[in-house]
Amino acid sequence: MENLKANVTLDAKGLACPMPIVKTKKAMTGLEAGQVLEVQATDKGTKADLRAWAESTGQQYLGTLEEGDVLKHYLRKSSNDETIERKHPNVVTNEELQAKLEANENMMVLDVRETAEYAFNHIPNAISIPLGELEARLNELNQDQTIYIVCRTGNRSDLAAQKLAENGFSNVLNVIPGMSQWTGTTDRINN
Amino acid sequence: MTVQAMTAKEVTKIVFNKEAFFILDVRNVDAFQDWKIEGENFEYLNVPYFDLLDGVEEILDKVPTDKEVLVVCAKEGSSIMVADMLSEAGRSVSYLAGGMKSWSEHLEPVKVGDLKDGGEIYQFVRIGKGCLSYMVVSNGEAAIIDSTRMTDTYLDFANSIGAKITHVFDTHLHADHISGGRVIAEKTNATYWLPPKDATEVTFTYQPLEGGNDVEIGNVKINIHALYSPGHTIGSTSFIVDEKFLLSGDILFIDSIGRPDLAGLAQDWVVDLRESLYKRYRELSEELIVLPAHFMIIDELNEDGSVSEKLGTLFEKNHGLNIADEDEFRRVVTENLPPQPNAYQQIRETNMGKITPDEERQREMEIGPNRCAVR
Repeated sequence: MENLKANVTLDAKGLACPMPIVKTKKAMTGLEAGQVLEVQATDKGTKADLRAWAESTGQQYLGTLEEGDVLKHYLRKSSNDETIERKHPNVVTNEELQAKLEANENMMVLDVRETAEYAFNHIPNAISIPLGELEARLNELNQDQTIYIVCRTGNRSDLAAQKLAENGFSNVLNVIPGMSQWTGTTDRINN
Repeated sequence: MTVQAMTAKEVTKIVFNKEAFFILDVRNVDAFQDWKIEGENFEYLNVPYFDLLDGVEEILDKVPTDKEVLVVCAKEGSSIMVADMLSEAGRSVSYLAGGMKSWSEHLEPVKVGDLKDGGEIYQFVRIGKGCLSYMVVSNGEAAIIDSTRMTDTYLDFANSIGAKITHVFDTHLHADHISGGRVIAEKTNATYWLPPKDATEVTFTYQPLEGGNDVEIGNVKINIHALYSPGHTIGSTSFIVDEKFLLSGDILFIDSIGRPDLAGLAQDWVVDLRESLYKRYRELSEELIVLPAHFMIIDELNEDGSVSEKLGTLFEKNHGLNIADEDEFRRVVTENLPPQPNAYQQIRETNMGKITPDEERQREMEIGPNRCAVR
């Protein structure tokens, strides 16, 4: 199983409703925007409730893994990255990327979201390197290859594209808007 | 203000009496829309508990002060939290003890009629889920038909009236609820009857129930006559009790008819369903009182909370019995069907003895309405 990284893990095992959500709400308050929370619970009702709670409060519900009797829920604290000004000049739309994927062009899709976001919904064969790890892992990438960088809304991928450009990568494109609007096929961990 | 617990039994009385009532359901929106406590004069407000963690101020003006208010959630924990908050805000409210879990499991026995020589027939109304089961009592003996998995309710009831359970029947292999038939038969040494055509895959022994079988209950011989009536399932069997009551299983309901698709053979079984409803039932006395295995909507309840109607009245009023054209009938019962009951495949496998889920899992499988009918 892929390793899903969370910034904070909350143990809500054995707790009955409403405590798992009460504790999740508290834990989310302590997180920084964009960080991932793993909630471990045994109450089956938490699956529907956490998803609905996340939707109603604007947090991102990423998905749930079931391991025996334990449900591992992944949530990401909402980031107000919609307001950031993007700087990387070379962009493509989701539709353009989809066309290139269908044409089987020689290219790489780099997904710079958190591993838990990637795990539950990603473009088949996309490589996962979270933005925070990119600098340390540049050696995993080929400077001469065309790289399409994708995230949720196009902002983290903009920062990643700038980072690659600074480091001598010349064929780097930011995919706009990214996975939040992706309609093509995807893979996921528990499917 | 103190917060009171209200039991499913107390809420059932309120439903039966058609009293005005206000339900604050704090489950999530999907769960509420899928299934809720129904009552003729009920008003509802659905706000998930997780939207009320910071307080109830925002909903205070929507919660009436001139009506009884019941806070409801899945198991009770969240409803207690919200009820406490309302109480601190000066409101007098109750919460449903055990939540929708208890609501789904509550059975209310209602006497539906007298049989000859002092015999009686009781209907067990599973108010939260719309399932109906029956106990026929005669001279110290009892038969149970279409029992739910809450077997203690039947055993305790039989005890309280001094009757020994000798026969247990299922009219068909149920897809919406887990049958208690086998467990009751094991505990009481009663005979467990199942239609063999529905039981080809069962993993336990049973007595094959076929059209024409007559079973007698008690010394005064209350006659239970089996009538093969396929259509909802291939084995579906109806019973005529004491030449007075027609136990129609999931073939005919008060305001709807059975759906033929829950075992995946809708097109094949349409013909059987039509034959059962339009020929076999037509040959019966119109004076028979129909006692179905389900109700769909709360309007189908009589004044005393029971569910029954004369067969002749259903021939006049039930839309499903009044579709002259066969193609039209086929369309009605195979197209635009409501969603299938939650976990219905696993429920069928449980009833065949193929899987043995624990009680918690059984509860979860049964969550939601029964959805066995087409209207």
